[in-house]
Amino acid sequence: MTSAITRREAMFGAAATAGSLLLAGGNAGAQTKPTELRVGITTFLSGAASVFGVPARNAAELIFEDINKAGGIGGVPVRAYFVDEGPGTDHLVGEFRRLVQNEGVHIMFASISSGSCLACTPLSDEMKKTTLLWDCGTQRIFEEGKHPFAFRTQGYGTPEVLAPLLYLLKHKPDFKTLAVINQDYAWGRDSWELWKAGMEALKPGVRVVAEMFPRFGAPDYSTEVTRLLAARPDVILSTSWGGDLVTLVRQAAERRLFDRSTFVLPVAEASMQTLGKTMPAGHVIGARGDHWNNHPKPKDPAKLAKFVEAYRAKYNEYPIYPCHHMAQAIAAMQAGFARAIAAKGGGWPNDQELANAFRGLTFDTPTSSITLREDGQGLEDQIVGLSSFTEKFPFAVPKDMIIFPAAMVSAPVGQKSVEWLKTLKPEFLAQVPAPVAG
Amino acid sequence: MMAWFAENSLLLGLALLDGLAYAALVFMVAVGLNLVFGVLRIVNVAHGSLFAIGAYTAASLGLFFASRGLPPWAGYAALILAACLVGAVLGPLIERLVLRRIYGQEEVLQLLVTFALFMILEDVQKLVWGVQPISQDLPMKVLGTVDVPFGEDVIPFTIYQLFVLPGVAVAVLAGLAWFLRRTLTGRVIVAVTTDKEAAMAMGIDAAKVTLLTFTFGAGLAALGGALASPTTSLVPGIGAQTIVLSFAVVATAGLGQIEGAALTSLLIGLGRSVAVYFAPEFEVVVPYIIMVAVLLVRPQGLFGVLETRRV
Repeated sequence: MTSAITRREAMFGAAATAGSLLLAGGNAGAQTKPTELRVGITTFLSGAASVFGVPARNAAELIFEDINKAGGIGGVPVRAYFVDEGPGTDHLVGEFRRLVQNEGVHIMFASISSGSCLACTPLSDEMKKTTLLWDCGTQRIFEEGKHPFAFRTQGYGTPEVLAPLLYLLKHKPDFKTLAVINQDYAWGRDSWELWKAGMEALKPGVRVVAEMFPRFGAPDYSTEVTRLLAARPDVILSTSWGGDLVTLVRQAAERRLFDRSTFVLPVAEASMQTLGKTMPAGHVIGARGDHWNNHPKPKDPAKLAKFVEAYRAKYNEYPIYPCHHMAQAIAAMQAGFARAIAAKGGGWPNDQELANAFRGLTFDTPTSSITLREDGQGLEDQIVGLSSFTEKFPFAVPKDMIIFPAAMVSAPVGQKSVEWLKTLKPEFLAQVPAPVAG
Repeated sequence: MMAWFAENSLLLGLALLDGLAYAALVFMVAVGLNLVFGVLRIVNVAHGSLFAIGAYTAASLGLFFASRGLPPWAGYAALILAACLVGAVLGPLIERLVLRRIYGQEEVLQLLVTFALFMILEDVQKLVWGVQPISQDLPMKVLGTVDVPFGEDVIPFTIYQLFVLPGVAVAVLAGLAWFLRRTLTGRVIVAVTTDKEAAMAMGIDAAKVTLLTFTFGAGLAALGGALASPTTSLVPGIGAQTIVLSFAVVATAGLGQIEGAALTSLLIGLGRSVAVYFAPEFEVVVPYIIMVAVLLVRPQGLFGVLETRRV
């Protein structure tokens, strides 16, 4: 049996449908608890930077497994959507939109590359989606604009460069010449600009005898090593990482360059396992944070040991700093949701309420606490020390460590890093804490 | 000008030594690519993957030999074994299953197919060897270093880079020249390179020649990777870096030109090392500046010959 619909009935039906849709839109603030908490994560799964991206993904999977076993976040199981940064920024921007619009992720984690972060952060503004910058280091993000939905859950370039510089000035105050060999891309150039600004302010008169920026992923540094051997600088700075740093250290060590100059390697931690005993002792090494395996006084030693052992058991290697940065972002996410849910009296937060919860948030990591400043930047302590060997680890770890408080080595809110570094005075060194044993 | 040379003669001497070692590595990879193009007329993007897999295999074999307590010299056996293994296994596999289907097809299609193969092999590398840097430098360490005088100072160089790499490159160049010009198989390859149709009309089995040449070229790429492995760290993407530079060498030399590849590698190696000393900002672009300069003057490359094309 069929029945014909009159024009009046059709009009009424259409009006009723439109009304119900409007009502649904009007109730968007009253979020219902989702069946799963969808997290979009951008990381390098291909290319040279996958040496960071894949371990970070491994760490995320390990931690999410634990979280889900314990009942999820706010009673909601977590589901991760990983996206590869490898194909480039254009691809990543499309993927970010897809995750937010098609997959309906509740929160985004972006990214390893500073270029990726610079591309994704404006999207967080546009799409009003809370985005945790979980690993990128560029200072430009929060110094060149306001991003109400973006929060960086770790330190950034300025403290990661200033802390090793201060350490060097304490450890070897009489150096007169310096050479730099950084990778030829944003981080290599930016980190040198930060270092130079700080060095000229804190120790004017140091002569830079070589500035070299070999291409990213260069398989051979023998020519650069020869030039450094001939130039004999007192100090060699390199913020290189991954396979590039491993190759540089191996070639330099084989040709006794470490005997002639003191190396400063702010991103050394991630390469120490690969280098093993090849890494010479007595050189300045950093970790882009305070998460060394031999942290002298971690806030929660049991938690640190549990994470390290669980990661080792599953992946047969020690977690490196991107794993810790991922763990920090997840810890921030847990704390942020808990705060937002509590603020809503147990209700599920909408996007704006979730973002509000992150501003000023303090969350615990196994080694310390991190506070997200009003501009969105996280304050993470930095530990720098001298490479050394102990019986506990088959690779170099720092000794004579200095724990730099995050606020001391970060540019204040509203100031640009390079300009702030230029204002530092040599007296600033008096504020550097004393070294602690490893 | 002369005063500048006199003032910097010591540094130029160092740059020459560095340039030779670098040129040797570049030549090892580019010559295989050039040889393959000469016979197959296919620009094989996957050549970079064969370099990478050769390097990874050599490092794995070296680590295995070391774990079995074999003497450090066994590392050299690992380098040669790796090149032979990769060439003999992957060469015929790729030629038979993939390349044979695209001979004579449009160049764009050939590029896309070999690029797809390159991407697949990149993932295979990650599946097998993971993403963390892998190193095996025993063959370099076992030879130690030699001190080169530098004014009142000395500069340590590894014997591996100063003597072994250039030595092997010269041996490969001489061996290839002898093989192609003095042996029957080599002459058959040259015949197919020069005029495939005429060679087939003379009874030459072109299919067999292409298989042999590609296997040999794959072996050379793998040997390049194996020889590079003691000096570098193996990470995902190492094949991509290599193939880009190899293309620059092949284009500059002229497609299919062995001696041209040697001379161009030398030019690029020396140009790059001089740039590191005196104009480091140009280090990355020097190979491509040389390429553009040559191609502007000789579009067919340094040693290439102009070809007539049927339209």
